[in-house]
Amino acid sequence: MNRNVKDTIFEGLTGISVLLIIFIIVSILAITIVGGWPNLNWTFLSEFPKDGMTKGGIFPAIVGTAVMTIIMAIAAVPFGVITAIYLAEYASEKSVIAKIIRFAVKTLAVVPSIIFGLFGLGFFIGFIGKNMDGLLNGGELRWGQPNILWASLTMALLTLPVVIVSVEEAIRTIPREMREASLALGATKWQTIRKVVLPGSVSGILTGTILAVSRGAGEVAPILFTGAAYFLSNLPHSLSDQFMSLGYHIYIMSTQSSNVDATQPIQFATTLVLLLLTFSLNAVAVTLRYRIRKKAK
Amino acid sequence: MDFSRINNKNKNTGKDIVTFNKKKFRFSDWFAEKVIKAVAFLSIAVVILIFIFVFREAFPIFKMDKKTSASTVTLVQESYGGSGTENSTVKKADNQVNNSNIINATDEKPSATLLSNTWMPVSDKPRFGLWPLFLGTLKVTLIALLFAAPISIMAAIYTAMFAKPRVREIIKPVIELLAGFPSVVIGFFALMVMATVFQNIFGYASRLNAFVGGIAMGLAAIPIIYTLTEDALTAVPKTFIEASLGLGASRRQTAFYVVLPAAVPGIFAAVVLGLGRIFGETMIALMATGNAAMISMNPFDSVRTLSATIGAEMAEVVFGDTHYNVLFLIGSLLFIFTFALNAVAEFYFKNLVIRRYQSKK
Amino acid sequence: MNNIKVKVKDLSLRYGTNLALKNITMDIPEKMVTAFIGPSGCGKSTFLRTLNRMNDLIDNVTIEGEVYIDNINIYDKNIDVVNLRKKVGMIFQKSNPFAKSVYENIAFGPRINGISQKSVLDEIVERSLKQAAIWDEVKDRLFNSALSLSGGQQQRICIARSLAVNPDIILMDEPASALDPISTAKIEELIHELKQDYTIIIVTHNMQQAARTSDLTALFYMGDLVEMNKTEIIFSNPAKKQTEDYISGRFG
Repeated sequence: MNRNVKDTIFEGLTGISVLLIIFIIVSILAITIVGGWPNLNWTFLSEFPKDGMTKGGIFPAIVGTAVMTIIMAIAAVPFGVITAIYLAEYASEKSVIAKIIRFAVKTLAVVPSIIFGLFGLGFFIGFIGKNMDGLLNGGELRWGQPNILWASLTMALLTLPVVIVSVEEAIRTIPREMREASLALGATKWQTIRKVVLPGSVSGILTGTILAVSRGAGEVAPILFTGAAYFLSNLPHSLSDQFMSLGYHIYIMSTQSSNVDATQPIQFATTLVLLLLTFSLNAVAVTLRYRIRKKAK
Repeated sequence: MDFSRINNKNKNTGKDIVTFNKKKFRFSDWFAEKVIKAVAFLSIAVVILIFIFVFREAFPIFKMDKKTSASTVTLVQESYGGSGTENSTVKKADNQVNNSNIINATDEKPSATLLSNTWMPVSDKPRFGLWPLFLGTLKVTLIALLFAAPISIMAAIYTAMFAKPRVREIIKPVIELLAGFPSVVIGFFALMVMATVFQNIFGYASRLNAFVGGIAMGLAAIPIIYTLTEDALTAVPKTFIEASLGLGASRRQTAFYVVLPAAVPGIFAAVVLGLGRIFGETMIALMATGNAAMISMNPFDSVRTLSATIGAEMAEVVFGDTHYNVLFLIGSLLFIFTFALNAVAEFYFKNLVIRRYQSKK
Repeated sequence: MNNIKVKVKDLSLRYGTNLALKNITMDIPEKMVTAFIGPSGCGKSTFLRTLNRMNDLIDNVTIEGEVYIDNINIYDKNIDVVNLRKKVGMIFQKSNPFAKSVYENIAFGPRINGISQKSVLDEIVERSLKQAAIWDEVKDRLFNSALSLSGGQQQRICIARSLAVNPDIILMDEPASALDPISTAKIEELIHELKQDYTIIIVTHNMQQAARTSDLTALFYMGDLVEMNKTEIIFSNPAKKQTEDYISGRFG
């Protein structure tokens, strides 16, 4: 075959791959929008499910997802930021401990999300919760069962690497000259971190937080048995209550509800809400990160 | 600090307030460092705790064989599912089965059924044969990888080698957005749309099967393989590419004979990490594979994967029950496998890449 | 000759196994300008950074020997490096103001020393900017970002920022290498002013600059101190052939 023909075919094939991926992305978006849009209105967003979840809205699932991701972020962001500071500012390149920490972070990033669920069940509920009940409640069951706190903390572990990676990347874009300027003025290392490094990585911390929230809002496997509930007639009142979540709601409605076909509009609309949420969060994060990278160059 | 010193313009007469001949203890610095170091260890601690707690709950299966410790297994009669009370009857039945199992340990030991061909955890004589789950996982993973790897690598080649800079700046973030799709959304799409479309095209019997599940899981792996491959391709030194093009090679030839060979370790690492993602994917498996644990080589039969089994059944089991322990055993296997994959990608391939580019310093 | 401010004895520095400074011994007098010259990679900047222990920040660096400032060995293990750097300020090759206002840049040092009283800060900022001869240019935009200033102005902001912590010694690492001739002239003029009050040590690759600004000049080559003497002697009647070759442009 002629070389030019081969070149054209190969380039065409690679181009088609790109188009196919983009086509799939667009299809998912388009079908979800077309399927979900007609049912998406204020009542749907603001009402509880009704009539055995065949009618009504998804208000408790929205609130549950929001509360869960907030608790998750409160737990994950400080730990993530501090770990990133350690890796970027305190650990030397050759330190074995830093290498182990880095490997641990990567491991956390690739461990299947269902394993976090198992861990949440075994550790938070079966170990911490049970012992809390033994100590605080005289053995009466309160913390030793699934609830929003354990689900959020489980999710926090899952999203910890997301925060660490984003923040470390941002910290590393701060030029060495800035740190040297501060240190040469007699600032201590911690003063330099607090006054120069952290203010310079605000957008990175923000990116990491948004990505973590987006990831946490969409994950279902870790909360399957650590706190998500099929249906609740009340919003969670305390950290020891269960909660409804958007992702879990989609799963339940599309696979286990009594009449899957009849509730299809609800399923599509819920998916659209979740997708809009994660999609817009990601879009913001990607833009922010892109800017940080550009600035670094 | 003495202000008079600062306002003092004649430095000779001012007293030296700042002295450096003695180390000063600064509490905030000392404390910050201690806190930061302690917190950084948390990541290690979490990995170790996951190891301990997932394995701990799996361990009793093996203990039960030595009848001595059977009594140490505590049976607690609560549900650990999110699904409320509607299956309490099932659980009581379960529990009785479990009790009888332990008491009459002369029956077939639960752990002895692990290598059988039947996964039937809820029955009078529960059988925990993992083979159908292994086979199902393997089938789905293979399909997903065969779909995702070529298409992602080709797309990455286009992005790194052929696309104009402006086009690349659009393609990359768009494909990376796929990584932000929750797997439950992809699972829903597979369940609602892909399953029907594929059934119409191929005309097979069961709507949800390994094929649909595999393709859907492939979608989840595409952004990982794509991004890492693209990184590996762009990491190939520009001088290599320019040299090749300068010798009159076409971009395709340069891609084939210069860039791809140099990027092979990185691409392998990308595929390995994509594999890890597919292997552990739960929600898509739960929603799109049909969840029937059977031994079959047909890609259009329903399958039940390891992770989907945990996801589907953990909510219904009794704490401390054999079934519960077996699910944790499956979790341990998943964990070991992904841990190993990550370690391989991290150490083996990274060292290969480093050796290729940096050995000739 | 003035009193000796800095006394260096047998200082050697290694990056890993690579010997970058070899047994440097020198005395630097108080309230004078001492220039370090030499071809790039000769160790002059590295040496400068040993005087405020800036090399501590780099992994892999080992230092032997002693550096006395006011008769205190700064490599003694009891030394407080943070306070040392308050006494030994540093100006870098690339001007590096923080991404904050002019005012906040200058107030950074006093603030980390615990000064928060507005009137005191105002006074320090004004005094430092005046000392650095940039007050007139920036007094109306103290609260604009320091990054909005020109390169030469930024460098003088950095000098002012360093003066605000009241150092005894100011180390300057090629402070004008990135600047145009007019800005360079202003910096040189400023150095001349500052030596009334401060001991100044400047690294430069520009021999004319060394000749114009310094009282003493030291030539480095491949990690060795080749020769150090009064500037006019170095440039007119050097003791070593190597110095003469370098001054006349035969190598480097």
